[in-house]
Formats: sequence, C-alpha cells, structure tokens
Amino acid sequence: MNIEFEPITGKYFTLDVDGTSYRIYMEESGSGIPLVCLHTAGSDARQFRHLLCDHDITSRFRVIAFDMPWHGKSNPPENFHTTEYKLTVDAYKNVVTSFVSALDLEKPVVMGCSMGGRIVCHLALENPSKYRAMIALEGADNLSPYYDLDWLHRPDVHGGEIQAAFVSSQIAPQSPSQFRHETLWHYMQGGPGIFKGDLYFYWLDGDFDKASGKIDTSLCPIYLMSGEYDCSCTPERMFATAERIKGSKPILMEGMGHFPMSENPALFKQYLIPVLSEIADG
Amino acid sequence: MRNFDLTKLDSHVNADPVLVHRGRWVDLTFTLGVGETDYLITINQGKITKITERKLQTKSGQFSIRAGVPSWRKHWQKTPQRDYHDIFAMLAKGLVTIDGDLVPLMQNLQYFKDLISKNRES
Repeated sequence: MNIEFEPITGKYFTLDVDGTSYRIYMEESGSGIPLVCLHTAGSDARQFRHLLCDHDITSRFRVIAFDMPWHGKSNPPENFHTTEYKLTVDAYKNVVTSFVSALDLEKPVVMGCSMGGRIVCHLALENPSKYRAMIALEGADNLSPYYDLDWLHRPDVHGGEIQAAFVSSQIAPQSPSQFRHETLWHYMQGGPGIFKGDLYFYWLDGDFDKASGKIDTSLCPIYLMSGEYDCSCTPERMFATAERIKGSKPILMEGMGHFPMSENPALFKQYLIPVLSEIADG
Repeated sequence: MRNFDLTKLDSHVNADPVLVHRGRWVDLTFTLGVGETDYLITINQGKITKITERKLQTKSGQFSIRAGVPSWRKHWQKTPQRDYHDIFAMLAKGLVTIDGDLVPLMQNLQYFKDLISKNRES
C-alpha cells in the first residue's frame, strides 16, 4: 500500500452549549500549544487543511479546527427545521468557550478568520487571561454591509452559487486558481440560509468599536492580519481597529484576499510563521 | 479619455465554451455603462449575439452595471489593483452602480462577472 495519509485526525463528539447538544466534527494535528482555528462565515474547517498538514507549525502547535454547529460535518441541533439560523455575538462566544472547555485546552491561541476574526476579539475582551494570544484574520471591529443578505436565501437564486459568486470578490487575483476554486467550493456547499445567518453576526450584530479599546493586550496579545484585496475587512478597517485596540499588532498581507489560509496557503505561511514564533517564544 | 472598444467582447465570450455553458439559461439584454456611454449587450443561451451603443432612452436592458471609464480601465487590467479586481469589490468601494431587475444578475452572478472581465487585457 503506497498511500501517503495526511497527518490529520478527524473526530466527532457531542458538545453541550447552554443546554443544547450539537454533534461536532473536529480535525487536529500536532502537539504543543493549542491553536484553535475558526472558519469564515458560510464555510467550514476544511479551510485550515494546509495548516493541519504543515510540520513547521504542528511541530510546536496542536492545531485544532472544528466545524461550527450548522456547518460542514457538524450537525444543527435537534428540531433545527423549526428555527431560522441566526448567529449572534453571545451564541458564537458560547460555542467557542464551550469547545475550549470541553477539550480542556489550557491557554489556547485562537485564530479566527472573518467572523472568526471578529469573535476572537470579543473573547479577548471578555476573558483575556484565558487565552495565550488571539490572531484575528480579516477581522475588524466595525464593518459595513455592501449587499442585501436576502439574496443569499430565496427560492429563485441558488444559494451555493450566489454565495461563491459573492465571496469570489474577496479573493486576490494573484491567488492560485486551484485554491481560489477550492475556497469557493466550500461556499457552494453550505446549508440553506447558513451564510446569511452568519452574516447577521458579521455585519449586523458584531460591531464593537466602542468597546474594543478595553481589550487588555498585556494579558492577551492581539494580532490583526488583513489581506490587501479584502474588500470587506479592508486594510483600512484593520488599521482603524488596531488604533482602537492599544498594543495590538496589525499586519498587512500584500497580494492576499479574505481567505489567507485557503486561497494562498504558501503566501499565508510567510506571514503567519513569524507571528506563531513570537507567540511560542514570548 | 478614450472610451473602450467592446467589439471583441462577444468573440472572447463566445469562444469560451465553459462560460457559455454556465450561461446557457441566460436570454436577455443588459446595460453596461462605461462612463457616459451605455452599451446594450444581448445574450442568447449564454452567447453574446449583439452589442449596441444605446442611443434612445426607450431602449433599455433588464438591469444595468455602470462605472466610470477610469474604473473600468483599472478593472480590465491584466492584474487589477485592489478595489477594482471584481465588480462586487468595486460595489463595496462605491465605484460601480447596479440597477434594474437584479434577479437574473443574481441567478447568474459569476457568469456575468466573468463575461465582463473577458474584456481584460490578456
């Protein structure tokens, strides 16, 4: 047998979040400092497959990526068909903190992208000493919608096609075609209305520019990383967020879009390794 | 500033069988505004069958996508700079306007993005 298996282990378990049970799918690889990875709105943890397979990272970090409830191979809750999915700040915080507690992760680094990049700042604001550091990829404390969310969930427009077509604007033209289209493929596979429900948090419930200045970066270092071609969490919005979060470290990723870990993994690694080294050695 | 020559857009689009296949359900005329000039682009089963400059207000497309000449010039560069690389990135920046019946646009959004970008420098 000449199969070269990837070093990723996938597992399912039941996670209790405020009395609701979710069957959660997670993947992990490596050992050392826990590094919890949070995917973007409307996608799933497959976005982090390159990190999970990168020995330069997994030799020092236990990389863990999970599908949020309603996403990827994680289930929605029982009786999901009787509710409309709508993610809120509190609900998102509860999922992540319940996940960290369930796995007994001690002072993990949490790295989230897009909506994940926003929630890590909320978590740092709430309980900074619980985390070793936060990495907010494409995450800002103040964003502005530029299209109507109702297009994402209606019977006369294909949800998967429109989701991919919307987010294709956020990928850098320089990113390799293979990874551009793999990133879009994830968006074509979301459940009906899930991207829309995530964007409720991302665009409508998540702004916290009035509070972000209270984050204590001496207790929890914050790294803000934004792609040059991100038209949602633009570099300007990232730098404005960094102005408000005193002590945070903004990093502009040139030639990159909104999905660094999946649209251009090789380029992202060049930006991420120094950050991870600083966290590990700090 | 000179306007753009869109006369080769149809041949570029129609020579791409994958793009034509993706647009096989598209039968309509839409308006592409380039600066002060509106073009009516007619599509049948994914192929461009006619491009005409709009002379009469009573002739109109089902929806319109309009931007200034400098914006389209940047959009149609081989490797566009940020904010100009995609119609929706231009929308986020306020560089493009979209009006009319948006249903067929949204039903075929990637098709229309790719169709318009066929005017990009090779």
